[in-house]
Amino acid sequence: MTDSRPARRVIHPVHAVLLASSLPLFLGALLSDWAYSASYEVQWINFAAWLNAGAMVFAGLALVWAIIDFLRADFARDRRSALSVLVLLATVVLGFITALVHSKDAWATMPEGLILSLLVALLAFASVWLGFSPLRAGGVR
Amino acid sequence: MNRLRLSVATALIALLASCGSDPDPNQYGANPDLPEQQRGLLPSMDVARPTDWGDQRPTVPQGYMVAAIATDLKVPRQALVLPNGDVLIAEGKGGKDAPAMRPKDFVAGYVMEQGSASAKSGDRLTLLRDADGDGTYEGRAVFAENLNAPYGLAFAGNALYVANQDALVRFEYRPGQIRASGPPVTVTQLPAEINHHWTKALAISPDGRRLYVGIGSNSNVGERGMAVEENRAMIWEVDAASGFHRPFATGLRNPTALAIQPGIGQLWAVVNERDELGPNLVPDYLTTVRQGAFYGWPYSYWGSNVDPRVRPHDPRKVAAAVRPDYSLGSHHAPLGLAFSVPAMGARFADGVFIGEHGSWNRSTPVGYRVVFVSFENGRPSGAPVEFVTGFLGADGKARGRPVGVAVDPRGALIVVDDLANTVWRVTPAGRQAAPTPNP
Repeated sequence: MTDSRPARRVIHPVHAVLLASSLPLFLGALLSDWAYSASYEVQWINFAAWLNAGAMVFAGLALVWAIIDFLRADFARDRRSALSVLVLLATVVLGFITALVHSKDAWATMPEGLILSLLVALLAFASVWLGFSPLRAGGVR
Repeated sequence: MNRLRLSVATALIALLASCGSDPDPNQYGANPDLPEQQRGLLPSMDVARPTDWGDQRPTVPQGYMVAAIATDLKVPRQALVLPNGDVLIAEGKGGKDAPAMRPKDFVAGYVMEQGSASAKSGDRLTLLRDADGDGTYEGRAVFAENLNAPYGLAFAGNALYVANQDALVRFEYRPGQIRASGPPVTVTQLPAEINHHWTKALAISPDGRRLYVGIGSNSNVGERGMAVEENRAMIWEVDAASGFHRPFATGLRNPTALAIQPGIGQLWAVVNERDELGPNLVPDYLTTVRQGAFYGWPYSYWGSNVDPRVRPHDPRKVAAAVRPDYSLGSHHAPLGLAFSVPAMGARFADGVFIGEHGSWNRSTPVGYRVVFVSFENGRPSGAPVEFVTGFLGADGKARGRPVGVAVDPRGALIVVDDLANTVWRVTPAGRQAAPTPNP
């Protein structure tokens, strides 16, 4: 039995790389923030700042890609794809705030830096989940 | 989801706006107001854009006049008036080895560059001479070159000391000399790793036997870790003959200029305090330097006001921190200090001149001027009085930025300007300085 819904486009491989790459970097930033808060060793907060900045490059490009995709005529715009774009947008906005918090000196980054890193990592995970799930939709469940 | 986005945006705007408030607390003197610490998501940064003096001049009080006695220098920072009236200028810019550790460092580095001259570091001493005492310094010679970002200058007997960013060196000096007779002798190496605050301030005891070297911290508030702060944020006492040294006073974030009080031989310093706690924290200060005293950095400021950015805490250090003597106001960036002489005129006879380089960590700029703090019974009294202004124009652009100041005992103030690469000389009008006894 065939599905009568319009076929969704699968995620483009480059878009997939951009989107997926942000997750381990945000995760690394979270772990580095945790290491700093536990050890007061400043090198960890430097790592966190760079990992977050690197993640933002990928997440930002993935967001641009997702928005352009979303506006294309042949794209299936529904609640799920809208949610996907919005969660990615939230990831980028919160990631930017995280970057600003990480520009503070030493312990001035805490505890906001660690909390934000956790939220951003969770959002990034949700972004990847939502971004990749069209691969399964429209096909055989 | 829309509501979430809206609240995120609102929070962002609120956080960004929280760094703008800029009241004007009383921050001069022994008991400055210390407002709450504040730091929005973005640090307030406003470096005045440079422009040329054109036909304008710095503003001096009624009854004084100002003239440029040297231009086109290569980042002049400090000045020394020699016994024969010649003026030595240290030119240079150091700290290039401080690596960018965080994404922030690239952005901050770019912003700072906007407020400084593009001239190359001179790494030399220039000598200026006014042989006929008419106020025009017609003679100009390179006294020494190939130094390493020279800053502090001191003279005693037949020795001229120069504090490079990595070493304290000594030249033999004969009166009237216009060029060093050879390369300098190293008295002692100075802490030079990273050199975030690279300027090495210098003063010498009246008997010429002990030198005092101001060594700035390697960070704003310990964000590079405390390991790199070994031998930083302190004033060294150096034995002139042997080069042996010891910490004389500690916890001084960036002691940028030192001077000995005439008559009693007391050491004074101006110190640049920490940034990013708000537009009115932390006050930069003028203080006597007490032997063995700890002045708080990085654990606390103005005595025992704890800086929460430093972890681990050190309550013992906080408890031990002494209060400085006299607040000059937050972010003024004092870089020059010189005791006055009666020949400067009755109003400015007893006290110190202080060159204020000017702020960056504040939306309304402050500093960019030379002030006079008058003394009574050997102690600062009253608010600072503006002595040389006009460095920051009404258009918000900087014509110049004062650094070192030096007093010519014949009645003149030398002001070094590292933005216009100029040396200014302020004299009481109508009274020509006595001819200099040049050989």
